[in-house]
Amino acid sequence: MSDHIVRAFTEELEALSADLLRMGGLAETMINDACLSVTAPNATLGASVMATDIEVDALEAAIEKRITRLLALRQPLARDLREVLAALKISHDLERIGDLSKNIAKRAGALDGGADGAVLKGVERMGRAVSAQLQAVLDAYASRNSDEALRVWEADEDVDQHYNSYFREVLTYMMEDPRTIGSGAHILFMAKNLERIGDHCTNIAEVVHYLVTGEQLSSAERPKAPELEV
Amino acid sequence: MSETDEQASTSGAPPKGPVKVDCRSVDVFYNDKQAIFDISMVIPDQSVTAFIGPSGCGKSTYLRCINRMNDTIEGARVEGEIVIDGVDVNDPAVDPVLLRSRVGMVFQKPNPFPKSIYDNIAYGPRIHGLARDRAELDGIVEDSLTRAGLWEEVKDRLASPGTGLSGGQQQRLCIARAIAVNPEVILMDEPCSALDPIATARIEELIDDLRQRFCIVIVTHSMQQAARVSQQTAFFHLGKLIEYGDTETMFTNPANPKTQDYITGRFG
Repeated sequence: MSDHIVRAFTEELEALSADLLRMGGLAETMINDACLSVTAPNATLGASVMATDIEVDALEAAIEKRITRLLALRQPLARDLREVLAALKISHDLERIGDLSKNIAKRAGALDGGADGAVLKGVERMGRAVSAQLQAVLDAYASRNSDEALRVWEADEDVDQHYNSYFREVLTYMMEDPRTIGSGAHILFMAKNLERIGDHCTNIAEVVHYLVTGEQLSSAERPKAPELEV
Repeated sequence: MSETDEQASTSGAPPKGPVKVDCRSVDVFYNDKQAIFDISMVIPDQSVTAFIGPSGCGKSTYLRCINRMNDTIEGARVEGEIVIDGVDVNDPAVDPVLLRSRVGMVFQKPNPFPKSIYDNIAYGPRIHGLARDRAELDGIVEDSLTRAGLWEEVKDRLASPGTGLSGGQQQRLCIARAIAVNPEVILMDEPCSALDPIATARIEELIDDLRQRFCIVIVTHSMQQAARVSQQTAFFHLGKLIEYGDTETMFTNPANPKTQDYITGRFG
């Protein structure tokens, strides 16, 4: 698309997009570091996740400020309007992803190696899956590609299936040996957090699709794994 | 998305409600120069339709076809049909003066007659014989000024000249003058471009009230104004209708890349 007649408008939209991608990169790092701190306990890793979360929150605030300014001074329309709305929604999802990752790192600290390594493999696996989802959806945003976004949207079903089977696995361990209930509860929350991060990725995918096409995807039509029966 | 030179893109749902003005394959020439190229569109009743586009795109020319204002321009020629309630306005049997009482017009610069406020409004009803006596004429004047939101401000000085009012008041006076002859369609050619934001807001509020009764077509250079007051928007470019559709869709997700570029400030 060609540039605006007012060049500063184009620059402001580009700066907004750049901030968002930086925020996305940080959120991705947080997921990876948080999951690593679960399987390979390491105090500095945990601290770095906490520190990155502060950075992510600050970026969200900065993006909100940029958007307020853009809306007030530029009154964006059509695709520009969708760019700005998308940035607002995506920044919120990324902030939530940061919080959920921080919570995983916290729980890793609480576990402090007090769980069986084999059982923790599931966190690593799920972490890899959702981190790939986030990476893919950020790529879709960066290239404004609605097809890529759609693929992420559809692939959330796999994350949900991961979660369901991992949930049963952890539950089995807890039933077999009640001494693992404490650590098992933490692990279940971590898995739930990762599953929630997957949901935020699908939110972002929906927003990217809207940004590019102007059409809203209906969550009701998204392929979903069967509900977990507890 | 392809370039649609042949046919205008449409955005969103087709216009709702009964059709008031049905324009079919309209061409306009100024001497040898063609200004409008084969534009067809239906304009619904009791709603506001906005024409947008860069200067020289033909939106004002097209607007002026609806009440044959182009007749007054030397060398101007209109082809095609503009049908209002089943009658082509260009039919030789149509009296342009009567037509213009049914299709009123408000211009960019407020242009009150150099007469009293009262006579500005009373002029039309008098020449069209709409009032039998003074009392009835008084009623029309009060009613028109009230509907234009000006009555409270001028009721104590109806005898003072209309040109002594502020710009915004003058424009509302012109709108009152247009509605005094019971028109069916009101054409507005950039009615707010000479007004400050407060006066503009008053006119926009008035337009919103008037659409309960009239078919309103407004040409505006302000995209925000088109978005605020209209239910349908038509985008013109180089004498062609590029896209016509419901206003909300036009401003959030236009179908044509040219519309997109224009409303986001990428050319114009």
